[in-house]
Amino acid sequence: MNTQTMAVDEPRVVGGIQKTRPIEEIKSVVIRFVGDSGDGMQLTGNEFSKSVARAGHDFATHPDYPSEIRAPTGTLFGVSGYQIQFSSGEVFTSGDAPDVLVAMNPAALKTNLPDVKHGGMIIANAGAFNKANLQKAGYQSNPLDDGTLTDFRLYTIDISELTAQALKDTGISKKEIGRCKNYYALGLMLCLYSRPLESEEGNIRAKFAKKPEIAEANVIALRAGYAYAESTEMFVSTYQVRAADIKPGRYRSLTGNHAAALGFAAASELAQVPLFLGSYPITPATDILQELSALKHFNITTFQAEDEIAGICSAIGAAYGGVLGLTTTSGPGMALKTEALGLAVMLELPLVITNVQRGGPSTGLPTKVEQSDLLQAVYGRNGECPIPVIAARSPADCFDCAIEAFRIAVKYMTPVIFLSDGGIGNAAEPWRIPDPARLSPLAVKFRTDPEGFQPYARDENLARAWVRPGTPGMEHRVGGLEKNFLTGNISHDPINHERMVDVRAAKVAGIAKDIPPLMVEGPGSGDLLIVGWGSTYGSIVQAREKAALAGKSVAHVHLRHLNPLPHDLGDIMSRYKTVLVPELNLGQLSKLLRERYLRDVIVMSKMQGKMFKVSEIHDRILELC
Amino acid sequence: MNQMTEIKPLTRKDFESDQDVRWCPGCGDYALLAQVQKLLPTLGIPREHFAFISGIGCSSRFPYYMETYGMHSIHGRAPAIASGLKLARPELSVWVVSGDGDSLAIGGNHFIHAMRRNIGLKIILLNNRIYGLTKGQYSPTSEFGKKTKTTPLGSIDRPFSPVSVALGAGATFVARTVDSDHPHLLDTLRRAAEHPGTAFVEVLQNCIVFNDGAYNALADKETRDDARLLLRDGQPMRFGKDGTKGIRMRGFEPEVVTVGEGGVTEADLAVHDESAANGGLAFFLSQFAAPLPVPLGVFRAVEAPVYEQLSTGLADDARAKRGQGTLEKLFNSGDTWTID
Repeated sequence: MNTQTMAVDEPRVVGGIQKTRPIEEIKSVVIRFVGDSGDGMQLTGNEFSKSVARAGHDFATHPDYPSEIRAPTGTLFGVSGYQIQFSSGEVFTSGDAPDVLVAMNPAALKTNLPDVKHGGMIIANAGAFNKANLQKAGYQSNPLDDGTLTDFRLYTIDISELTAQALKDTGISKKEIGRCKNYYALGLMLCLYSRPLESEEGNIRAKFAKKPEIAEANVIALRAGYAYAESTEMFVSTYQVRAADIKPGRYRSLTGNHAAALGFAAASELAQVPLFLGSYPITPATDILQELSALKHFNITTFQAEDEIAGICSAIGAAYGGVLGLTTTSGPGMALKTEALGLAVMLELPLVITNVQRGGPSTGLPTKVEQSDLLQAVYGRNGECPIPVIAARSPADCFDCAIEAFRIAVKYMTPVIFLSDGGIGNAAEPWRIPDPARLSPLAVKFRTDPEGFQPYARDENLARAWVRPGTPGMEHRVGGLEKNFLTGNISHDPINHERMVDVRAAKVAGIAKDIPPLMVEGPGSGDLLIVGWGSTYGSIVQAREKAALAGKSVAHVHLRHLNPLPHDLGDIMSRYKTVLVPELNLGQLSKLLRERYLRDVIVMSKMQGKMFKVSEIHDRILELC
Repeated sequence: MNQMTEIKPLTRKDFESDQDVRWCPGCGDYALLAQVQKLLPTLGIPREHFAFISGIGCSSRFPYYMETYGMHSIHGRAPAIASGLKLARPELSVWVVSGDGDSLAIGGNHFIHAMRRNIGLKIILLNNRIYGLTKGQYSPTSEFGKKTKTTPLGSIDRPFSPVSVALGAGATFVARTVDSDHPHLLDTLRRAAEHPGTAFVEVLQNCIVFNDGAYNALADKETRDDARLLLRDGQPMRFGKDGTKGIRMRGFEPEVVTVGEGGVTEADLAVHDESAANGGLAFFLSQFAAPLPVPLGVFRAVEAPVYEQLSTGLADDARAKRGQGTLEKLFNSGDTWTID
């Protein structure tokens, strides 16, 4: 906890006795809720994040859950967690180490304790620390009373029992009572951080509108948790985080996947062209399909295809039909789509392929973050098969990238790969709601004039014309076989093939002219430049700022466009003695940079299914300058 | 275009593209091309509203020869591409031309799901029971024991019946015809064109180079009447040169009988019913093997909700309920808060 604190004495009446308890003001705090995958930890975290959002904090979240739907209770591999950092300043990550760990059982404590900040607070659901659960978690003795946790501020509360007591008169079943304990925990935390209960109660009632008795039980559990924290004075002090100094405007909280879905809907509206999503459910990309499926009152068609290949193929068919074709997937699904990607390159049709990357290879780590599909995106197809690649840096940035992907696709008549990842796809942050009227329209033109029409004739961007079937006089055939440079008819002519390979490459390379100059954070030249891409943005920003405060000559440039690379990147890199590339892979961007600029860069790799901690990057900066 | 010009009715010529047709001389693909080009001008659909989508294989060159919109795509994926096109543009007449390998091997998944959904596609499968383009390997419809380049000791794969697969996947229109009988081919295609949902037509087709004579018995004027059973809706199943042979059902076992022999009358024969609520009879027919004749014609034609219409219906309902979506509303939905 960032404890630039200011003690405030607040007189209150508890049990007829006038008491004062300090409210400490803190700048930022990191809380992690952990429990069994059935304990409702994602819900608790989500609700807490809504509460801090309403209070005007900046925040970032990190849901972390196992790939089993519901692992056996109490097991180490069944632990589900949700971390949130909120602050009165700008927040870029969900935080390195929790200040507070809310552990609902021994397994949750065991798996998460190594992450907790030294001296941090642990709130443990004592009721769950029974013999069976301790055994399942591999504890020989109870860590709550054997001295294991002496370095922490430990609060043991029998959340299970207290919840049961609070709800004993509600008439709901024992099982249902058991499911209310997450709201008890939320109540505790809302008290600890001086958050009001009322809005949360409203949320509960709205959420469980169809089951009023469950809503009531959850409200009681929430209040009970709050009251317990307040009346027992279990916390020495409570905390207040000031509202963040954020740009004025209207905000909402969005995950990366949700933001991408809104971006795609916006692209369709801005282009005045319907959107077609052909997709197959796969973690962590499924949410985009779900979100867009709920938007049928827009000009959006969603198609849950029989497999990944049908997902992209249906989108290609739709693109041929003259609508915005989209497919969404994750790593292994991307592998299945590659043949069809090659077809889309030959057809020169606009198409967006979203890959919410996860740990690989193969099924890998389905619920964990990784950035290891970059080389696949840039190179992973048969033949010389160039495709533009862009990547989002944060949840809210997925909105802009979704639009950008279609902007490139329709302008250049090309498939575009949009890389997101599990680190931002599921994570939430505040999104400043834009005024739709101020978003620039997407220029789409369909050719309708048959006069002199040649299917593969190109404009100044080397893009061919988009023709909707149904347009009279322009009937033509496209296909995966090499085409004649102008007519698009099959051609095996050697010179024509080379010319087509060259022109497809030149078309994609030419997109660089649209990339705005890179923003360099920090000195314009100096000791160290960090080149980052994708979801590592937050950790890099914070690490760099920290190092800069300590007087280090370190700058940061973050890439949205990975193929083609921005034209000014080489020049920027040449102005620093050392270039560091942190990536959640074995150095894939590093390879691209070395190949392209013939300059060595330092690889900083992490392959743990986790985001970089700010401290990890900060430490590396200190080693290098 | 001169506005005064009278719109001329389309002819077969209007559907011939400027590309040289390159199939082996004698290939059954020519027959299909000719009959399709003959059929389309009669359907009352503007030429620019047709799209032909194919996968990979000899037959998949088909779109190049049609003066319509078209796509020669990738192996087995034509139904998926065509589904996207039809969903995006329900007003188009979308046709899939495919082969036995394309549809039933690499594309088997897309094939069955197109049938299941009942998307308004016309799917033609040219079945020559061999891989032609890759020069003579056995296919999913090759007979058990078939010797080919990859089965020198005889195939140990049991063959698919495309009609059975389509019926099993819930197809609402399933028919079979043969390349050598042009009028039957044309009739069958017309029925398919008129069917609102997925229409599946298997065309038994000769491959003169790698599987010549596979359907000789059906093609030869001398033998064909005894070798094939022409299905006629509501009619007893009669066949044979003089029409005296017929199919009688003994419980679940079909048998060949001769009307007028052994006390068998026409009333004993099974009656074809292409729109039977239960598709059991159609499935029996799809499994016919020697000594039973090969059934040709429409096995099944039933009405069922059409996928693209359901899809547009969902969108219409959503709009009726929520109004046409606007970005303003969408962006500002959910929990929002204001920072001053």
